[in-house]
Amino acid sequence: MTNHYIDLKNSDCILIMGSNAAENHPIAFKWILRAKDRGAKIIHVDPRYTRTSARCDYHVPLRSGTDIAFLGGMIKYIIDNNLIQDEYVKYYTNASQIINANYDFQDGLFAGFDAEKRSYNKKTWTTEKDEKGIPVRDYTLENPRCVYQMLKKHYERYTLEKVSSITGVSKENLLKVYKEYGATGAPDKAGTECYALGWTHHTTGSQIIRAMSIIQLLLGNMGVCGGGINALRGEPNVQGSTDHAILYNILPGYLKMPSGSLDTLTKYNEKYTSKSTDPQSANWYQNYPKYTVSFLKAMWGDEATPENDFGYSWLPKLDEGKHYSAMHTIDAMYAGKIKGFFAYGSNIAVSSPNSNKVRKGLQKLKWMVNVNLFDNETSSFWKGPGVDPKAVDTEVFLLPASASMEKAGSQSNSGRWVQWRYRAANPPGEAMSDGTITMLIMDAIRALYREEGGPCWEPILNLKWDYRNSLGRFDPLKVAKQINGHYTRDLVIEDKVTGAKEVNKKGETVPSFAKLMTDGSTACGNWLMAGSFDQKGENRMAKRGKEDPTGLGLYPDWAFAWPLNRRIIYNRASCDPQGKPYNPKMKLLEWVGDRWVGDVADGPWPPLADKEKGKFPFIMKADGVGAIFGPGMVEGPFPEHYEPLEGPLTKNPISGQLLNPAVTVFKSDLDKVANADQKYPYVCTTYSATEHWCSGFTRWQPWLLEAMPEAYIEISNKLAEKLGLKNGERVKVASIRGEVTCVAMVTKRLKPFEVEGKVIHQVGMPCNYGWFNPVETADDSVNHLTPAVGCPNTFCPEYKAFMVNVSKA
Amino acid sequence: MKITRRSFLSVSGSIGSGIALTALGIDLTALKAHAAELSKTDRIRRAKQSTTICCYCSVGCGLICSTDMTGKIFNIEGDPDHPINEGSLCAKGAGIFGLTEVNEHRLRKVLYRAPKSDKWEEKDWEWSLNRIARLVKDTRDQDFITHNEKGELVNRVETIGHYGTSNIGNEECWSLSIACRAMGLVNIDHQARV
Amino acid sequence: MSQELIKLIDLSRCTACRGCQIACKQWNELPASRTKNTGSYQNPPDLQWNTWTLIRFQEHEDQSGNVKWLFRKDGCMHCTDAGCVKVCPTEALYHTEFGNVSLNVDKCIGCKACMYACPFGVPKFNAATNKIYKCDLCYTRLQGNQLPACVLSCPTGALQIGPKDIMLTKAYKRAKALGGDASVYGDKFVDGTHVVYVLPEKADVYDHLPQDPKIPLQIIVWKEFLKPAGLMVAGAVVAGAFLHYITHGPKMPEEEITSEGGDKS
Repeated sequence: MTNHYIDLKNSDCILIMGSNAAENHPIAFKWILRAKDRGAKIIHVDPRYTRTSARCDYHVPLRSGTDIAFLGGMIKYIIDNNLIQDEYVKYYTNASQIINANYDFQDGLFAGFDAEKRSYNKKTWTTEKDEKGIPVRDYTLENPRCVYQMLKKHYERYTLEKVSSITGVSKENLLKVYKEYGATGAPDKAGTECYALGWTHHTTGSQIIRAMSIIQLLLGNMGVCGGGINALRGEPNVQGSTDHAILYNILPGYLKMPSGSLDTLTKYNEKYTSKSTDPQSANWYQNYPKYTVSFLKAMWGDEATPENDFGYSWLPKLDEGKHYSAMHTIDAMYAGKIKGFFAYGSNIAVSSPNSNKVRKGLQKLKWMVNVNLFDNETSSFWKGPGVDPKAVDTEVFLLPASASMEKAGSQSNSGRWVQWRYRAANPPGEAMSDGTITMLIMDAIRALYREEGGPCWEPILNLKWDYRNSLGRFDPLKVAKQINGHYTRDLVIEDKVTGAKEVNKKGETVPSFAKLMTDGSTACGNWLMAGSFDQKGENRMAKRGKEDPTGLGLYPDWAFAWPLNRRIIYNRASCDPQGKPYNPKMKLLEWVGDRWVGDVADGPWPPLADKEKGKFPFIMKADGVGAIFGPGMVEGPFPEHYEPLEGPLTKNPISGQLLNPAVTVFKSDLDKVANADQKYPYVCTTYSATEHWCSGFTRWQPWLLEAMPEAYIEISNKLAEKLGLKNGERVKVASIRGEVTCVAMVTKRLKPFEVEGKVIHQVGMPCNYGWFNPVETADDSVNHLTPAVGCPNTFCPEYKAFMVNVSKA
Repeated sequence: MKITRRSFLSVSGSIGSGIALTALGIDLTALKAHAAELSKTDRIRRAKQSTTICCYCSVGCGLICSTDMTGKIFNIEGDPDHPINEGSLCAKGAGIFGLTEVNEHRLRKVLYRAPKSDKWEEKDWEWSLNRIARLVKDTRDQDFITHNEKGELVNRVETIGHYGTSNIGNEECWSLSIACRAMGLVNIDHQARV
Repeated sequence: MSQELIKLIDLSRCTACRGCQIACKQWNELPASRTKNTGSYQNPPDLQWNTWTLIRFQEHEDQSGNVKWLFRKDGCMHCTDAGCVKVCPTEALYHTEFGNVSLNVDKCIGCKACMYACPFGVPKFNAATNKIYKCDLCYTRLQGNQLPACVLSCPTGALQIGPKDIMLTKAYKRAKALGGDASVYGDKFVDGTHVVYVLPEKADVYDHLPQDPKIPLQIIVWKEFLKPAGLMVAGAVVAGAFLHYITHGPKMPEEEITSEGGDKS
């Protein structure tokens, strides 16, 4: 979230699209309804009418997988009706920049496509710079190749008729949403968007979010109270686990994972350190090397020295263009290329796409270590349906873990609030925290390397790994301080202007990432978390201050929000170039005299109008402005509608490219696809409800199982009538990859769509059931049906649109 | 005339439904053993109170756990002081007590399944940790790649995967993240994508 | 005498998150039942001895064909003129200082009279313990100045509790603000309930919501004429059976009243 949960109350219009907030983030709805009480309009755009729809001003159904078409139509509407926040668009976005003359877009393809590799050469996806390296800008936005005009041209095709025909949304409904949301372009109005997995689970997932970001920039809704683009994340610490990079492609703090071609730290830093010659750009990522060196110091402690490149060579390196996401790992596992597997707090046999393939892959493992509160379909895969245990050679460990209230530590919500948890009890039996388990496994591995040696032992034995408490258990407080960062030696910093000397003692925690150094005098496990302790070592994550000086719900003394306790990021964009708030009724920030007052400002510099010292507001971008033209994406700088891997159409109504051209398609014998196949005529989407949680962890809890006892498929009364199905009857649902049984929930809340002149039926199924529990029904995972394909930027699987058939069980 | 949940529980527990409770995974015997003639409200007043954060979605709601003198949690409810949830909770958060020790499905011992075996067997931690370390080291040492096809130094192992998790603390996440890197793993992912 | 309290249920704010349903189970330590999916989100299907509050889910198509999903938190209405209290031969059911109807389970003899006396179908019988159970508005929490578990859990302000006059004023104000078919339900019968709804739709749209709830006439006869005539607690089982006889005739109630799974497994 660029903003945070309480801030939803400050909005004038909340578009909930790609999210079922009332069901999956029920407490977010507290704040959404507070906005509604203030007169805000709440709009739900979703294939299904859900508990969210029931409490919104209106619900607009759209066919799964057509969000970009819907949003593309909104971009066109906003431009055609001149609803943009003019000053904001000119000065705070790249709308005024001039796009490379060789950039092109034709019939669904951007310039530079390599059909064989299914990837783009992005060399023309650039904007022009002058001789000093500063972006060329046309503030009139009239240059035909400026971003604004090119945007306009790109979305000319997204007419109401076209969008309606693709999405199945009536023109009236489209206009109703476009008009309502477009009105937030007024400088003193704010619109916000709440999305979740409903957007990320598409082969176009990242570009859906990009499309909305463009809308938010056009309307001046980024960086303001009640605005922003807000990912309502699904797990309690998915923000933290991402920040700390339990991911193949990044290191903690979103530092890039190095590749083999970058053989020295200098080369690595050179490649990823952002450069700008524009004096008005803060270009925050120019500090990149401070974060990498401090991270390496945190990882390897005293063993990381300038002489050994701070241990950079010990980090594993990727090959460029090669990916290791869960889908890739499972593909490799199915191919027999993975021998050992750690599964912490997860259940991939239920939660991963094409789960038949997953389960066959698990059988090829030599060993597997599970860490969990409960046994599940993954740890017990060797006795699953159709599996003969005698034929499975895998050694399996199931290690009992503590629940969250049985251990201390911090947890980051999706509003970036990092909150401290206290331990309320011991775990049952011999269970231990995940931290202790990791620590002890690593201790045992280190002992073996110490005794026996082995290839590349340095990263293992040099790892700083002294995080135990007096009882020999994992000490979260020690680790938290290591993550925050500290001075590795006494350090005197002299202010170049005033000459004042700041004395920092070895071991003191760093109060801000602005203090981090490139010479190894600071260690910091994750630069974003610097400041979670103050310099005296006080844990700011544990703070419980209830003051709200702005009245906007920022609660600056409650917990810690990264970065630097900033509650709304890019908040300088809430003020005009003179530093006056666009919405005087909600003063998130204001330039008063020589400083910013309000939230922790996104940098101390004066507002943009100060030609000497003023800076653009989007400080994490090299050019300081919001990216309407976004060359960072793999499939194009402007979002474009493509159909899902499996859909009801044989042709993309808007271009010659049916599927996102940059998508990776796995080729195993189990990766079958049935697009527009009569045998699988219905569009299916999957989801959780309030009583569910990720892969059905909640099935082990009687109260929640009582409320949601069995797998089901929601199906419209019209389709049920056609198929002769009765409410509550058991049905079989099949895709080309597998089939499952469940209960039919016949409902008027789902309605067929009219798409390209045809009637398309949409069905939906929860993704939280499996054979292991409850034993009485043993309805298996809906992921037997889903394809293993995903967004080429993030590799989030396409759970939200694929094709099935439904019949009586 | 005093009504206590204690008396309700001891009655229902003694005449049959106690069996049902256990069968359903909520073992309330631990609570009953400490039943005093105090109302639950009174017991909470005397209990140790700890704040925690909900372990389900990412809103980050505050909870208060009440722990009795024997160290058992006997009640968990919303933290009224928490600025986000103001004491409120959804179905999952309100039922988080069901995730504590009272849940009979909770794992309490290390379980091990040998190759070709059709059952779990209980193992102690020491044996298990040593065995896991052996397997990791053997696999890593056998399959370690120092240089890729282009001859670039890559120091990685591609035959071990790690998955999870988004439902542990930041400190645990960070430790896992660096431990994976120290081993040279590259197949690393968690639930951000699902 | 403490102040009379009313729990206000504003259904226009309910998201059916079922926080209240589970919070009630958590606080009151009520075990779960094994249920089936019958083609609805609603589960358990009805109030049970171990489910004192329940969100009812109902799809409703209005005259112009708009589909709405209605949610209603069901549970004890805590009547002022409470049939259950009136009929209870052992005073197991009684009014507290807050006006709510509480239950002393130890005193309950399982005569089931209250089940027939309640116009809302609230008290539920557990054959295993031979007792009835129902919501007591978290009486001990009220005594300890704590919100009832359901009210504390409610994210959206659909549930509130407070002094009777303030809550009624709020209720009418909210119904007026909602306009259309919105109304207040609860203050106009059984001398006023201590649970009051703001209903966004007409009352007769909601399933299982009586339009004119009243205590059955036979109960009044019982209370006013027969019970004072010297039935002692020791004879209460007989009295309960006798009451049952006069209200329902000779047939004994069947166990399905506890609903599926309620007291089985």
